[in-house]
Amino acid sequence: MAEALAFYSLAAFILGFAVLVITARNTVHSVLFLVVNFLFVAALYVVLHAEFLAVIQVLVYAGGIVVLYLFVVMLVNLKRPPEAHQDPRRRSRLGLVVSGIVLAQLVAIAAFSATQAAGGPAPVEASVPVAGNVELVGWQLYTTYLVPFEVASMLLLAAMIGAIILAKREL
Amino acid sequence: MTPITPAHYMVLSAALFIIGVIGVLVRRNIIVIFMSIELMLNAVNINLVAFARDWQHRVGPDHVIGQVFAVFVIVVAAAEAAVGLGIILAFYRNKETVNIDEMNLMKW
Repeated sequence: MAEALAFYSLAAFILGFAVLVITARNTVHSVLFLVVNFLFVAALYVVLHAEFLAVIQVLVYAGGIVVLYLFVVMLVNLKRPPEAHQDPRRRSRLGLVVSGIVLAQLVAIAAFSATQAAGGPAPVEASVPVAGNVELVGWQLYTTYLVPFEVASMLLLAAMIGAIILAKREL
Repeated sequence: MTPITPAHYMVLSAALFIIGVIGVLVRRNIIVIFMSIELMLNAVNINLVAFARDWQHRVGPDHVIGQVFAVFVIVVAAAEAAVGLGIILAFYRNKETVNIDEMNLMKW
Protein backbone atom coordinates (compact mmCIF):
# COMPACT_ATOMS: atom_id res chain seq x y z
CA MET A 1 0.00 0.00 0.00
CA ALA A 2 2.72 2.45 0.99
CA GLU A 3 4.84 1.29 -1.95
CA ALA A 4 1.91 1.78 -4.34
CA LEU A 5 1.30 5.29 -3.04
CA ALA A 6 5.01 6.16 -3.34
CA PHE A 7 5.24 4.62 -6.80
CA TYR A 8 2.24 6.43 -8.28
CA SER A 9 3.14 9.85 -6.86
CA LEU A 10 6.82 9.54 -7.86
CA ALA A 11 5.88 8.26 -11.33
CA ALA A 12 3.56 11.24 -11.83
CA PHE A 13 6.34 13.67 -10.83
CA ILE A 14 8.97 11.90 -12.98
CA LEU A 15 6.80 11.92 -16.11
CA GLY A 16 5.53 15.45 -15.50
CA PHE A 17 9.00 16.93 -15.16
CA ALA A 18 10.24 14.89 -18.14
CA VAL A 19 7.49 16.46 -20.26
CA LEU A 20 8.49 19.89 -18.95
CA VAL A 21 12.14 19.21 -19.91
CA ILE A 22 11.30 18.65 -23.56
CA THR A 23 8.60 21.33 -23.84
CA ALA A 24 10.28 24.28 -22.07
CA ARG A 25 11.15 27.10 -24.48
CA ASN A 26 14.07 28.34 -22.39
CA THR A 27 16.99 25.87 -22.31
CA VAL A 28 18.02 26.92 -18.79
CA HIS A 29 14.53 26.05 -17.57
CA SER A 30 14.89 22.66 -19.30
CA VAL A 31 18.11 21.97 -17.38
CA LEU A 32 16.52 22.92 -14.05
CA PHE A 33 13.50 20.67 -14.72
CA LEU A 34 16.01 17.91 -15.53
CA VAL A 35 17.58 18.30 -12.06
CA VAL A 36 14.17 17.87 -10.39
CA ASN A 37 13.42 14.88 -12.62
CA PHE A 38 16.71 13.20 -11.60
CA LEU A 39 15.99 13.84 -7.91
CA PHE A 40 12.59 12.13 -8.20
CA VAL A 41 14.24 9.18 -9.99
CA ALA A 42 16.66 8.97 -7.04
CA ALA A 43 13.65 8.85 -4.69
CA LEU A 44 12.25 5.99 -6.79
CA TYR A 45 15.57 4.13 -6.31
CA VAL A 46 15.12 4.48 -2.54
CA VAL A 47 11.63 2.96 -2.87
CA LEU A 48 13.27 0.08 -4.76
CA HIS A 49 15.84 -0.40 -1.94
CA ALA A 50 18.76 0.68 -4.17
CA GLU A 51 20.19 3.21 -1.74
CA PHE A 52 23.69 3.23 -3.27
CA LEU A 53 22.30 4.04 -6.71
CA ALA A 54 20.10 6.78 -5.25
CA VAL A 55 23.19 8.48 -3.77
CA ILE A 56 25.10 8.04 -7.04
CA GLN A 57 22.16 9.46 -8.96
CA VAL A 58 22.13 12.62 -6.84
CA LEU A 59 25.94 13.01 -6.86
CA VAL A 60 26.74 12.17 -10.49
CA TYR A 61 23.57 13.16 -12.36
CA ALA A 62 22.02 16.00 -10.38
CA GLY A 63 25.38 17.25 -9.10
CA GLY A 64 27.80 16.61 -11.94
CA ILE A 65 26.23 16.09 -15.35
CA VAL A 66 23.54 18.75 -14.95
CA VAL A 67 26.09 21.36 -13.85
CA LEU A 68 28.04 20.51 -17.02
CA TYR A 69 24.86 21.11 -19.04
CA LEU A 70 24.27 24.44 -17.30
CA PHE A 71 27.82 25.57 -18.11
CA VAL A 72 27.40 24.67 -21.79
CA VAL A 73 23.97 26.35 -22.00
CA MET A 74 25.45 29.53 -20.58
CA LEU A 75 28.59 29.33 -22.78
CA VAL A 76 26.56 29.06 -25.98
CA ASN A 77 24.86 32.40 -25.49
CA LEU A 78 22.07 32.26 -28.05
CA LYS A 79 21.14 35.47 -29.79
CA ARG A 80 18.19 33.79 -31.51
CA PRO A 81 16.42 30.66 -30.27
CA PRO A 82 17.10 27.58 -32.41
CA GLU A 83 13.38 26.90 -32.78
CA ALA A 84 12.98 30.12 -34.79
CA HIS A 85 14.64 28.55 -37.82
CA GLN A 86 12.11 26.15 -39.35
CA ASP A 87 13.25 23.55 -41.83
CA PRO A 88 10.29 23.06 -44.20
CA ARG A 89 11.28 19.45 -44.88
CA ARG A 90 11.31 18.54 -41.17
CA ARG A 91 8.38 16.33 -40.16
CA SER A 92 7.81 16.79 -36.44
CA ARG A 93 4.35 15.22 -36.62
CA LEU A 94 5.83 12.07 -38.17
CA GLY A 95 8.24 11.92 -35.22
CA LEU A 96 5.32 12.09 -32.79
CA VAL A 97 3.49 9.30 -34.65
CA VAL A 98 6.58 7.06 -34.65
CA SER A 99 7.06 7.69 -30.90
CA GLY A 100 3.43 6.72 -30.30
CA ILE A 101 3.90 3.45 -32.19
CA VAL A 102 6.98 2.59 -30.12
CA LEU A 103 5.07 3.42 -26.91
CA ALA A 104 2.23 1.09 -27.93
CA GLN A 105 4.76 -1.69 -28.57
CA LEU A 106 6.47 -1.24 -25.20
CA VAL A 107 3.14 -1.19 -23.31
CA ALA A 108 2.02 -4.31 -25.19
CA ILE A 109 5.24 -6.09 -24.18
CA ALA A 110 4.76 -5.05 -20.55
CA ALA A 111 1.11 -6.15 -20.51
CA PHE A 112 1.99 -9.48 -22.13
CA SER A 113 4.81 -10.23 -19.70
CA ALA A 114 2.53 -9.35 -16.76
CA THR A 115 0.11 -12.10 -17.83
CA GLN A 116 2.85 -14.74 -18.05
CA ALA A 117 3.36 -17.04 -15.08
CA ALA A 118 6.18 -15.93 -12.82
CA GLY A 119 8.92 -18.47 -13.41
CA GLY A 120 12.49 -17.57 -12.66
CA PRO A 121 15.22 -19.45 -10.88
CA ALA A 122 14.83 -21.22 -7.60
CA PRO A 123 15.87 -19.38 -4.42
CA VAL A 124 19.44 -20.03 -3.34
CA GLU A 125 21.30 -19.51 -0.11
CA ALA A 126 23.16 -16.25 0.32
CA SER A 127 26.69 -16.80 -0.99
CA VAL A 128 28.13 -13.40 -0.12
CA PRO A 129 29.44 -12.70 3.39
CA VAL A 130 27.99 -9.18 3.51
CA ALA A 131 24.57 -7.58 3.92
CA GLY A 132 23.30 -4.08 3.13
CA ASN A 133 22.92 -2.50 -0.29
CA VAL A 134 26.23 -0.64 -0.57
CA GLU A 135 28.25 -3.67 0.56
CA LEU A 136 26.41 -5.94 -1.87
CA VAL A 137 26.94 -3.64 -4.87
CA GLY A 138 30.58 -3.14 -3.90
CA TRP A 139 31.11 -6.87 -3.50
CA GLN A 140 29.70 -7.57 -6.97
CA LEU A 141 31.71 -4.72 -8.52
CA TYR A 142 35.01 -5.88 -7.06
CA THR A 143 34.59 -9.63 -7.58
CA THR A 144 32.34 -10.74 -10.46
CA TYR A 145 32.50 -7.47 -12.39
CA LEU A 146 36.10 -6.46 -11.64
CA VAL A 147 37.23 -6.36 -15.30
CA PRO A 148 34.23 -4.28 -16.53
CA PHE A 149 34.82 -1.99 -13.55
CA GLU A 150 38.42 -1.35 -14.62
CA VAL A 151 37.34 -0.91 -18.26
CA ALA A 152 34.79 1.68 -17.06
CA SER A 153 37.58 3.60 -15.33
CA MET A 154 39.57 3.56 -18.60
CA LEU A 155 36.46 4.82 -20.43
CA LEU A 156 36.13 7.70 -17.99
CA LEU A 157 39.81 8.58 -18.43
CA ALA A 158 39.46 8.55 -22.21
CA ALA A 159 36.28 10.67 -22.02
CA MET A 160 38.04 13.16 -19.72
CA ILE A 161 40.98 13.58 -22.11
CA GLY A 162 38.63 13.73 -25.10
CA ALA A 163 36.47 16.43 -23.52
CA ILE A 164 39.54 18.54 -22.69
CA ILE A 165 40.91 18.19 -26.24
CA LEU A 166 37.53 19.04 -27.81
CA ALA A 167 36.84 22.05 -25.61
CA LYS A 168 40.31 23.60 -25.92
CA ARG A 169 40.39 26.67 -28.12
CA GLU A 170 43.60 25.73 -29.92
CA LEU A 171 45.82 22.70 -29.62
CA MET B 1 -4.85 -0.86 -4.93
CA THR B 2 -3.02 -3.68 -6.68
CA PRO B 3 0.53 -4.44 -5.52
CA ILE B 4 3.33 -2.85 -7.52
CA THR B 5 4.92 -5.40 -9.87
CA PRO B 6 7.86 -5.07 -12.27
CA ALA B 7 5.26 -4.50 -15.01
CA HIS B 8 4.32 -1.19 -13.35
CA TYR B 9 7.95 -0.09 -13.45
CA MET B 10 8.20 -1.26 -17.06
CA VAL B 11 5.26 0.95 -18.05
CA LEU B 12 6.77 3.94 -16.21
CA SER B 13 10.13 3.24 -17.85
CA ALA B 14 8.53 2.91 -21.29
CA ALA B 15 6.66 6.20 -20.85
CA LEU B 16 9.84 8.02 -19.75
CA PHE B 17 11.75 6.49 -22.66
CA ILE B 18 9.06 7.62 -25.11
CA ILE B 19 9.22 11.16 -23.74
CA GLY B 20 12.95 11.05 -24.45
CA VAL B 21 12.34 9.73 -27.99
CA ILE B 22 9.83 12.53 -28.63
CA GLY B 23 12.39 15.07 -27.41
CA VAL B 24 15.05 13.70 -29.76
CA LEU B 25 12.72 13.57 -32.76
CA VAL B 26 10.82 16.84 -32.31
CA ARG B 27 13.17 19.40 -30.75
CA ARG B 28 15.83 21.24 -32.77
CA ASN B 29 18.08 22.50 -29.96
CA ILE B 30 20.93 19.99 -29.69
CA ILE B 31 21.34 20.61 -25.94
CA VAL B 32 17.69 19.65 -25.36
CA ILE B 33 18.27 16.58 -27.53
CA PHE B 34 21.18 15.58 -25.28
CA MET B 35 18.97 16.03 -22.22
CA SER B 36 16.35 13.78 -23.85
CA ILE B 37 19.05 11.12 -24.27
CA GLU B 38 19.77 11.41 -20.54
CA LEU B 39 16.04 10.87 -19.88
CA MET B 40 16.15 7.70 -21.97
CA LEU B 41 19.20 6.39 -20.08
CA ASN B 42 17.33 7.05 -16.82
CA ALA B 43 14.35 5.07 -18.11
CA VAL B 44 16.67 2.11 -18.76
CA ASN B 45 18.12 2.45 -15.26
CA ILE B 46 14.65 2.36 -13.68
CA ASN B 47 13.99 -0.89 -15.52
CA LEU B 48 17.29 -2.42 -14.38
CA VAL B 49 16.76 -1.45 -10.73
CA ALA B 50 13.13 -2.67 -10.75
CA PHE B 51 14.19 -6.07 -12.05
CA ALA B 52 17.06 -6.19 -9.54
CA ARG B 53 14.41 -5.73 -6.82
CA ASP B 54 12.29 -8.51 -8.34
CA TRP B 55 15.38 -10.75 -8.49
CA GLN B 56 16.12 -10.06 -4.84
CA HIS B 57 12.57 -11.08 -3.91
CA ARG B 58 12.71 -14.31 -5.91
CA VAL B 59 16.30 -15.56 -5.68
CA GLY B 60 17.96 -14.03 -2.68
CA PRO B 61 18.86 -10.72 -1.10
CA ASP B 62 22.42 -10.72 -2.47
CA HIS B 63 21.40 -10.63 -6.15
CA VAL B 64 21.91 -6.97 -7.05
CA ILE B 65 23.30 -7.48 -10.57
CA GLY B 66 20.76 -5.07 -12.08
CA GLN B 67 22.01 -2.32 -9.79
CA VAL B 68 25.61 -3.06 -10.85
CA PHE B 69 24.53 -2.71 -14.47
CA ALA B 70 22.84 0.60 -13.65
CA VAL B 71 26.15 1.84 -12.20
CA PHE B 72 27.83 1.06 -15.53
CA VAL B 73 25.03 2.86 -17.40
CA ILE B 74 25.64 5.95 -15.24
CA VAL B 75 29.38 5.75 -16.03
CA VAL B 76 28.70 5.63 -19.77
CA ALA B 77 26.16 8.47 -19.47
CA ALA B 78 28.75 10.66 -17.72
CA ALA B 79 31.36 9.93 -20.41
CA GLU B 80 28.80 10.59 -23.16
CA ALA B 81 27.73 13.90 -21.62
CA ALA B 82 31.32 15.12 -21.26
CA VAL B 83 32.40 14.27 -24.83
CA GLY B 84 29.07 15.29 -26.38
CA LEU B 85 29.03 18.68 -24.73
CA GLY B 86 32.65 19.17 -25.80
CA ILE B 87 31.59 18.50 -29.39
CA ILE B 88 28.70 20.98 -29.02
CA LEU B 89 31.11 23.67 -27.76
CA ALA B 90 33.58 23.02 -30.60
CA PHE B 91 30.78 23.15 -33.16
CA TYR B 92 29.29 26.31 -31.67
CA ARG B 93 32.67 28.01 -31.92
CA ASN B 94 32.75 27.34 -35.66
CA LYS B 95 29.12 27.82 -36.73
CA GLU B 96 27.54 29.97 -33.95
CA THR B 97 24.49 27.73 -33.78
CA VAL B 98 23.05 24.80 -31.80
CA ASN B 99 20.25 24.15 -34.28
CA ILE B 100 20.54 20.64 -35.71
CA ASP B 101 18.83 21.72 -38.95
CA GLU B 102 21.86 23.95 -39.65
CA MET B 103 24.38 21.19 -38.86
CA ASN B 104 24.64 19.98 -42.45
CA LEU B 105 28.33 20.48 -43.23
CA MET B 106 28.76 16.81 -44.17
CA LYS B 107 25.47 16.57 -46.05
CA TRP B 108 25.99 15.74 -49.70
